[in-house]
Amino acid sequence: MESLLMIGLLAALGAIAIAVAFMSDLLVVAMLSGIFSFTCCALFVLFDAPDVAFTEACVGAGVSTVLTIAAIRLVGRHEKRGGRRASVVGLVVATICGLALVYGTLELPRFGDAAAPANTHVAPHYINESKAEIGIPNIVTSVLGSYRGYDTMGETVVVFTAALGVLLLLGGSQSRPLARGEAPARRDRDVILRTVATLFIPMTLFLAPYVQFHGAYSPGGGFQAGAILGGALILFGLVFGIDALNKLVPERILRVIAALGVLTYGGTGVVTMLMGRPFLDYDAFGEGPSGQAIGLTAIELGVFMTVTCVMTLLFQRFASRGVK
Amino acid sequence: MTAADILDLGRSVLGDGLVFLGAFATLVGAIGLLRLPDFYTRAHAGGVTDTAGAIGILVGLAILSPDLLTALKLLIVLIVALFASPTSCHALARAAFRSGLRPALDGDRPPPSQPGE
Repeated sequence: MESLLMIGLLAALGAIAIAVAFMSDLLVVAMLSGIFSFTCCALFVLFDAPDVAFTEACVGAGVSTVLTIAAIRLVGRHEKRGGRRASVVGLVVATICGLALVYGTLELPRFGDAAAPANTHVAPHYINESKAEIGIPNIVTSVLGSYRGYDTMGETVVVFTAALGVLLLLGGSQSRPLARGEAPARRDRDVILRTVATLFIPMTLFLAPYVQFHGAYSPGGGFQAGAILGGALILFGLVFGIDALNKLVPERILRVIAALGVLTYGGTGVVTMLMGRPFLDYDAFGEGPSGQAIGLTAIELGVFMTVTCVMTLLFQRFASRGVK
Repeated sequence: MTAADILDLGRSVLGDGLVFLGAFATLVGAIGLLRLPDFYTRAHAGGVTDTAGAIGILVGLAILSPDLLTALKLLIVLIVALFASPTSCHALARAAFRSGLRPALDGDRPPPSQPGE
């Protein structure tokens, strides 16, 4: 039954990908990629990876669809016709690359193979020892924050770098900052949307810290909580207008907090070094679980700050352009 | 059969029945989405999926769930869905109407082609 479901979902992914390639209406493409993400999310749940599914649902299906639509608003809805013709060389290169990738998968171990390197190398250690060494039940958080803390720091820096790239490419904000005490312009807003958003945004704001601090026990952590809080702020901006969002969280504050998040993460590593331990070795704060708890809390906070601010910042920058 | 057995049987019959009804409503909504003539009627079909389907499936699963905590979580999901899906359906229809798409009426046949086609 489960494998039938997986085959169905994978077939849906293939169909969506082919549909995206043939569409010239970019709004439809944005919607389809949102559906693609959501189908991926269902697959991740089937693979027992709720942490990843969580992130995919927030970022892939939610935030990135909004960002894509915001970008489409700037560049126009339809692909330019006749600008680029299909070339034979491109087709040949794509076919060869595709075949090489398929050839590569032939060597991969089968899914769930107990003898696969991924299941024999460090995974048994994580599964057997992480409860004693790190002291928290969610192994994903142990691996992400402590055993593979370097990689996670790299991911946080990637998120930050993405924001830097967008800020540099899109230039300064074009919207005029509001004068002190001036109310944001009220465009014709929908009363039903506003009422439901007023109900939902506080609930979402409440959910973000729960996901953040419960990450030790259940799926969640800095990335997911950051995406949820960023999503709540984006929802606020969508319903109440970009001026209201800019007034609530000015861009310069977000820029500073996004950088502070990366600094918190890297700084934790520097502190452990100053205390005579390797970079990001939380035993510096105390042997065993007590030290790990301090280190994990610090780096998850850094991730949370960066992810929240980058999400909101990207939306603000896209949405502020072209608004006069 | 003891009283507990009868209660268990009743619970699974009720839960399965509700899940089945919800799945049926979802199927009807999906057919409607494909077959109905214009945007607004299709949005209505989507709304049927979101509300009737969600109520049936989630309440059914809550009845079938092994413990109270799971049942409560499912009911919270249901409440969120009952707020969110009619709102999004409304926002969709409103955005379409404001951007100039008019509903197809009995008078006009064939239905006018939609913008963007």
